Amino acid sequence: MKIDWEALGSVFGVSLSATVALVALFTLGLVGLSKHEAATEQGGSATLARSGAYACFALVTAAVAYGIYLIVA
Amino acid sequence: MEHITLLLGIVIITALVFDFTNGFHDTANAMATTISTGALKPKTAVAMSAVLNLVGAFMSVEVAKTISKGLVNEEGIQPEVIFAALVGAILWNLVTWLVGLPSSSSHALMGGLIGAAVASAGMGAVNGSVVLTKVLIPAIAAPLVAGLAALLAAKVTYKLGDKVGEKTSAKGYRAGQIASAGLVSLAHGTNDAQKTMGIITLALVAGNALPAGANPPVWVIVSAGLAIAMGTYLGGWRIIRTMGKGLTDLQPQQGFAAQTSAASVILASSSLGFSLSTTHACSGAVMGAGLGRKGGVVRWSTATRMFIAWGLTLPAAALVAAGAELVMRTGDIGIAGVTVFLVASCFAIWIISRRQVVDHNNVNEVEPAGAAEPEPGVVTTAMAAVTVPPTAAAAAAAATVADDDLRATIPAATTTPAAPAAAV
Repeated sequence: MKIDWEALGSVFGVSLSATVALVALFTLGLVGLSKHEAATEQGGSATLARSGAYACFALVTAAVAYGIYLIVA
Repeated sequence: MEHITLLLGIVIITALVFDFTNGFHDTANAMATTISTGALKPKTAVAMSAVLNLVGAFMSVEVAKTISKGLVNEEGIQPEVIFAALVGAILWNLVTWLVGLPSSSSHALMGGLIGAAVASAGMGAVNGSVVLTKVLIPAIAAPLVAGLAALLAAKVTYKLGDKVGEKTSAKGYRAGQIASAGLVSLAHGTNDAQKTMGIITLALVAGNALPAGANPPVWVIVSAGLAIAMGTYLGGWRIIRTMGKGLTDLQPQQGFAAQTSAASVILASSSLGFSLSTTHACSGAVMGAGLGRKGGVVRWSTATRMFIAWGLTLPAAALVAAGAELVMRTGDIGIAGVTVFLVASCFAIWIISRRQVVDHNNVNEVEPAGAAEPEPGVVTTAMAAVTVPPTAAAAAAAATVADDDLRATIPAATTTPAAPAAAV
């Protein structure tokens, strides 16, 4: 009887870090977007916040694309 | 030869029925949180999940090729054994659906295969250590991994996102949930539709209709994909309600954290070679996310009933399958008897389910109030027996129902065929 602790451990580590990283990135993106929207409502603009938000969402999208690649491959 | 063809036909249809139950049993995995947090309307959610399941079914046949490898020694496999396994798996799926508990369709199928193989070829047909490493350890690990990840993710998103404006937050988490639920649906299609393809292919090989080692034929891929998509679209609303509302109360942030965790765990486990059940991962993620909010609670009575169902899945499906296999030893009459028994049980479970209808209209109501129901006559009359409100007393009652159903099911497997035997 051989239990593959290594595989289990890596599943544990990868899932945990991927989940937290993705959710954190996504939330940061929302924070940036929210700042930008608040600024535009007052007539100003928050370019940095918006670019940061888009960068975050781009990373999340890349992760989702990688997920789809994993499913297909 | 005629006989083999007929039996093979029955096996193939039964496999597709299993695929169908698998679809509606597992809709909850992808869509329960999306529905309960209001990110998607119930009908839209199941439609999207169904389409993605169908797409997923066509994406790869890797899983189908490796089905049952290692778990059961393939030499002992006859079409009858596969049929018996499917009978056990389908009945377990329907009983757990009736009481609204998520449980792993894969475990039910494995249990069925094990039971049928043992009844047919003795204990030597099953690799005990494979059962431990492929079934028991993953069943404990999956909810822990997914739950912990969802717990941390929910905490993180609440902490980082407390300054996010209301509008942005509503839109954002909605999009995030839809995307992650889509990923789970897609992964489910690739994994679970392929299990059925593998089973049908195995049956065709066992019945000498295909050469050993053949790939699934196109019609098998198409029909398996369609069966799981139709099942998903039908929606296992009872299970969706338990997962989305019964286990805990989720806000959009938590729903997003839960689905992301479930998607990560499923993808990581399948690509790193330690496969975990989608159902276990999703249920664990929902509970973890429930605990991740300040003041969030998990209804442990409902969770306990779910864990008990997980523990029973393998032995229950195995027992029914073993009974079916033993009955089928008697020849054609036995096979006819098991078929009649399966159809009759499915019909009976459906009849019982009509006593309290759970559908897309009331899926988000934890304790259906008679006044708010579109069909008060149907719904309010029979809440007593099979309802799953997450209160402790009713939970205990429903748990007994689950057990009674189970006990009623297993002995019946061996007794029912007496009727057709007498009739013939």
